[in-house]
Amino acid sequence: MISLAGRDIMHAWGKFVFTGVGLGLLIGVTLSMAGIYRGMVDDGKALLDNSGADLWVVQKDTLGPYAEPSSIYDDGWRGIRSMPGVARTANVTYLTMQVRHGERDVRTMVTGVTAGGPGTPGWPPYLVAGRQITRSHYEAVADIASGFKLGDCLQIRRNSYTVVGLTRRMVSSGGDPIIFIPLKDAQEAQFLKDNDAIRQQRRRTASNPAFNRPQVPGLLDAVIASQSTNSYINAVLVQIEAGRDADEVAESIRRWKRLTVYTRSQMEEILIGKLIATSSKQIAMFLVILSIVSAAIVAFIIYTLTLGKIREIAVLKLIGTKNRTIVGLIMQQAIALGAIGFVVGKITATLLMAPIFPKYVLLEPLDSVRGFVAVLMICVLSSIIAIHAALKVDPAEAIGG
Amino acid sequence: MSSKGIHIEGLRKRYGSGDTAVDALKKVDMLVAPGEVVGLIGPSGSGKSSLLKCLGAVIEPTAGRMTIGDEVIYSNAWKVRDLRALRRDKIGFIFQAPYLIPFLDVTDNVALLPMLAGKPNADSRKQAVKLLQSLDVDHRAKAMPSQLSGGEQQRVAIARGLVNRPPVILADEPTAPLDSERALAVIRILNDMARKFETAIIVVTHDEKIIPTFKRIYHIRDGVTYEEAGEGRGFE
Repeated sequence: MISLAGRDIMHAWGKFVFTGVGLGLLIGVTLSMAGIYRGMVDDGKALLDNSGADLWVVQKDTLGPYAEPSSIYDDGWRGIRSMPGVARTANVTYLTMQVRHGERDVRTMVTGVTAGGPGTPGWPPYLVAGRQITRSHYEAVADIASGFKLGDCLQIRRNSYTVVGLTRRMVSSGGDPIIFIPLKDAQEAQFLKDNDAIRQQRRRTASNPAFNRPQVPGLLDAVIASQSTNSYINAVLVQIEAGRDADEVAESIRRWKRLTVYTRSQMEEILIGKLIATSSKQIAMFLVILSIVSAAIVAFIIYTLTLGKIREIAVLKLIGTKNRTIVGLIMQQAIALGAIGFVVGKITATLLMAPIFPKYVLLEPLDSVRGFVAVLMICVLSSIIAIHAALKVDPAEAIGG
Repeated sequence: MSSKGIHIEGLRKRYGSGDTAVDALKKVDMLVAPGEVVGLIGPSGSGKSSLLKCLGAVIEPTAGRMTIGDEVIYSNAWKVRDLRALRRDKIGFIFQAPYLIPFLDVTDNVALLPMLAGKPNADSRKQAVKLLQSLDVDHRAKAMPSQLSGGEQQRVAIARGLVNRPPVILADEPTAPLDSERALAVIRILNDMARKFETAIIVVTHDEKIIPTFKRIYHIRDGVTYEEAGEGRGFE
């Protein structure tokens, strides 16, 4: 038996392919949405992987440093370093801000890292160009996605930094490229007030008789000096010794240091389960809406194609065509439409949307397989209305009268 | 009576029930022998379409008896379980418009019926081409229906009606859209094919041009058939 669906498609292939391309663009958007979600999860995991930490020590009862603000003293690392099972510690600060680059500015996450070298927690694990930070001030390593190049000068608050190294896939959980700068500079950028505010504070302190006491020389200067320095960081990154259980080490730090400690799995849960939860739900809603819209479009297209063949279907039924042949004609067309749409959608998502989309779009092969199955199922389900209409056609319509 | 052809006795068809019941067919008696072409003529609303649908096993009559060849297909109820197969194997249809499947070429339009009956594609196509040859339209075997003239389309439709060698063919105004010359050519072909394949052909028509060609004519009026000898010119 010949394939009636195949012949019908070949007969009007232009119309069919054009319809498939239209559907494909919609499927492309749907696949891209799934890719954006995967990209967000991957961004979160990349942030954790690239930090090189096994434990994150943060302010007590906070979800810091990524999901909530966290401030702890910058000398706390010494005590943590001495805890059993701890191999290395490093202070770190994170500040999401607009960084000026010439006449435009770039949204970035400025990360302050302690002096050290590759392998130190918080440091970029690898570079694609240039070198790591070697000076204590005014040098930066930027993610390539920020648009900075080696030798570029970038402005953070009052200070200018020279880009000495470039790295790749160092992004925040929101997908913003990371710029690494020395910790001291980062502390200043994060906690230091502007000049007017400092002058105003000095005046207020000087006008306070409790601090400005002529009989205690040097008190006012000491108080002002303490107000001008910053001794806070956002978190201490901890690497544990090989073979040690992260939960045990974390529990020990929690108990003795009265700080909150997160393991890798807990931090992943915070990033994916809490930080991007709302975005995930939004994307899930978009996926559901797009799936329903796709189903409605496929149903409408197949229904319209079927209505255009009512007379032929009546003739086919009159000359003895079985219902299953007619069902096959419609369902095969729906599946073919879905297959064309999926191929177009996959190409659109991979070659057109992913490269130009401002966020990282991760198209996983398994998602494509799931998407293909879902598209075929939607097409089969969508063809039910058309099949119902076709089976209701009375063969007597071919005779007329 | 011949052992083949179609024999209809006391066929009735009632639509609805109670006060709203309409008797479309009150008493239809027909006998068409194999190789014979008869005309069925009647004004609008006389019951022609209802009769055609009953004969085509598309709607169920209310009472009566219908025999195709030696097989009783209706006797106050359908006696055949698979009406679809009955239509495919025992009844050929030729319509006023050709109603060819637009996405199949001429050969496959004709070969579709044997294929539906389970015959291999190659054999079905061979059979179709042979029939197209006998109808002198085999040179358009690979053409699509939209590329054919009206007369060619009607000949292909005739080939489709004949391809499974059904004992009965129902032709519903097959010459309506054609001019005199082509209309007579179609009737000539139907007569030739009826003789060649021993097929009983019932032609429903209003067409004054072809009415004189029938040897026998059935008139239908208010659901009742009357037989009349035609001018019998035929095409012998």
